[in-house]
Amino acid sequence: MTHAPHKDYAGAKLGMWLFLFTEILLFGGLFVLYAVYLARYPHEFSTGGHQLNVVLGGTNTFLLVTSSLFAAMSLTAIQQNKRQLTLRLIGGTILCAAGFMVIKYIEWTAKFHHGIFPGSEHILTGPPGESVFFSLYFLSTGIHGLHVLIGATLLGVVARRVCIGTITATDFVMLENSVLYWHLVDLVWIFIFPLYYLML
Amino acid sequence: MRSADQGQLVTERSFWTDTGRRGIGAWIFSTDHKRIGLLYFYSVLTFFLVGVILGLLIRIELVAPGRTIMDAQTYNAVFTVHGVVMIFLFIIPGIPGSFGNMVMPIQIGAPDVSFPRLNLFSWWLYAIGTVLVLTSLFTGGGAPDTGWTFYVPFSARTTTNVSLALFGVFILGFSSILTGLNFVTTIHRMRAVGMTWSRIPLFTWSLYATAWVQILATPILGITLVLVIAERMLGTGLFDAARGGDPIMFQHLFWIYSHPAVYIMILPAMGIISDIIPVFSRKPIFGYKMIAFSSLAIAAAGSLVWGHHMFTSGMSDTAVLVFSFLTFIVAIPSAIKVFNWVSTLYRGSITLDPPMLFALSFILLFSIGGLTGLILGAAATDVHVHDTHFVVGHFHYVMFGGTGFAFFAAMHYWLPKFYGRMYRKRPAVIAWALMFVGFNVLYFSMKVLGMRGMPRRYYDYLPEFARLNLVATVGSWILAVGLVIMLVNLFRGLFWGEPFDGNPWGGATLEWSTSTPPPTLNFTTAPVVTHGPYDFTTVAYDSHNGNANERPQP
Repeated sequence: MTHAPHKDYAGAKLGMWLFLFTEILLFGGLFVLYAVYLARYPHEFSTGGHQLNVVLGGTNTFLLVTSSLFAAMSLTAIQQNKRQLTLRLIGGTILCAAGFMVIKYIEWTAKFHHGIFPGSEHILTGPPGESVFFSLYFLSTGIHGLHVLIGATLLGVVARRVCIGTITATDFVMLENSVLYWHLVDLVWIFIFPLYYLML
Repeated sequence: MRSADQGQLVTERSFWTDTGRRGIGAWIFSTDHKRIGLLYFYSVLTFFLVGVILGLLIRIELVAPGRTIMDAQTYNAVFTVHGVVMIFLFIIPGIPGSFGNMVMPIQIGAPDVSFPRLNLFSWWLYAIGTVLVLTSLFTGGGAPDTGWTFYVPFSARTTTNVSLALFGVFILGFSSILTGLNFVTTIHRMRAVGMTWSRIPLFTWSLYATAWVQILATPILGITLVLVIAERMLGTGLFDAARGGDPIMFQHLFWIYSHPAVYIMILPAMGIISDIIPVFSRKPIFGYKMIAFSSLAIAAAGSLVWGHHMFTSGMSDTAVLVFSFLTFIVAIPSAIKVFNWVSTLYRGSITLDPPMLFALSFILLFSIGGLTGLILGAAATDVHVHDTHFVVGHFHYVMFGGTGFAFFAAMHYWLPKFYGRMYRKRPAVIAWALMFVGFNVLYFSMKVLGMRGMPRRYYDYLPEFARLNLVATVGSWILAVGLVIMLVNLFRGLFWGEPFDGNPWGGATLEWSTSTPPPTLNFTTAPVVTHGPYDFTTVAYDSHNGNANERPQP
């Protein structure tokens, strides 16, 4: 670039919020399908929902909400110029994310052992509504899991930048935007969890 | 691109010379919005020409009943690729990516967009998506043959290389989202001192409305394409009726994006027309606020009408009624624009320069396209002409006669500003006349064919359709000849034409107040805006020598 980078915090945050809208609409497509198919197959959705493990799902919810707390605290920490604390809190967020993914792995593997995955014999011979339910379940949690990985990677990059000093108490908009993204990842799960695990 | 020996005109400060890098790297890694705009311009123009050639091939195949030059499977691939290339590689990124990038920041008096690196990244995503789409044509099971709409169940079952094409389009969608996000932020945050919301040029207003559609609609396409890929790769069955899914849900999700997408295509075109008409009428635009508002109204109402693509799909009569009603609502803001343009012309001092001719033909062609759109929006008549050549004629009138002609108008209006050289006007007018005639011969024949019952996308047809198909094909050749003359004349002018300085059309928007070609940061001193974008009292303009100067303030 031939000119000094343009610094506009409000602009950077506006851009991030617009991006978060796009993420909400992306998941919105899946929620629309959920609503339509729930109306069509209420009984099969209920049967499917009862096969999900509420304890594992609840643990994951707890992990993600905690990670969001850590992320929010890391922002306050950098504003107060406490670098070590910021790094620890980001580390805590990433650890929670890792825990979430491990539990997700355990959950999915258990389902696969029971022959529940898209296109499996068990699903193909079962009622059509259950096939729809589990396809939606795997797609929603899968795409959400992908977002957890992206968010955690982003926070890793941010942590490195805090280390080398390009994110500081006066220049922290990248941390703030990453934390916003992380809250969105959390928020999407806050909707997925009751829709699939609790209310059916 | 300009080589060194033609650069004697380029001032030290011009964006053509002022750069740290050399060679191609100075372009493909540049974060200057004007360079990115030109990258987009040449990319989309290339794919426009690819699409034109494919379209001409379709017309040659249809010149007579039976096989002419290709077999049926090739024909399926050719019309699919024609659609995918024209829609996703040309017309959606077209105007926002090229002229939006080049002109918008200058129009609001900004040195660049809010996120210059993100801007470059979105061009790179466009390039990557393009490579993926093109790769899908030549690898795997052959070029996609689903039509650009990728309808299930066929798209979930065909053995052609649909998945890769879908992934390419997904990436292109990402690029479109980032451009939209960048533009909304830029227009909110980067306006010059005095550039109030009611002084923003209407082209920028239209880009603002477009950007919101890009942000809010494109993610739905993204998830839909991912779902079709999952359908093909994992067998999720969400759109498979045999497994409890519903193919109609695909159509809903697809059109929730793809109908608003037509406003991504047409809104910036309307913005170009709103900027050109007052300049060549030497009159302030009639109804500035209503034109700006109608862009937002079209963006909002246009997001609620997707169901009119699905009247024959078997959805409920209530849904048909509601979607038909909402479709008619969209006609209101569109008509507001048309009436305001015509009112601007009324008692104006009209100069028929090439940009103005393209803009005037836009009004006519868009009106024909828009009114035939209402025939399709009314459920009863739609059932008669659904999936016929009437639909093909309709959307070519709005997309090519509308957006295409506006794109050509913008090329003749703004490109000389960025090259500092002028093209010859007489060949441009001849080219315009040929294209206008060829266009109407081609697409009006299609409308008549559709009314008589010729279906779209069919390889063969009944003998009674032969004569009009021949007429349409001849029209496509006239159009192509005009297009070649236009491009040759324009680029000869831009590279070797008469140099000029300043303001050849007498425009009052900010891009005409900076030097020609503009400097890297657009302005040598930050502009302070004191008047509206169509206040021509501040611009002294002599239509004989075609030079306008800033009139000294009394």
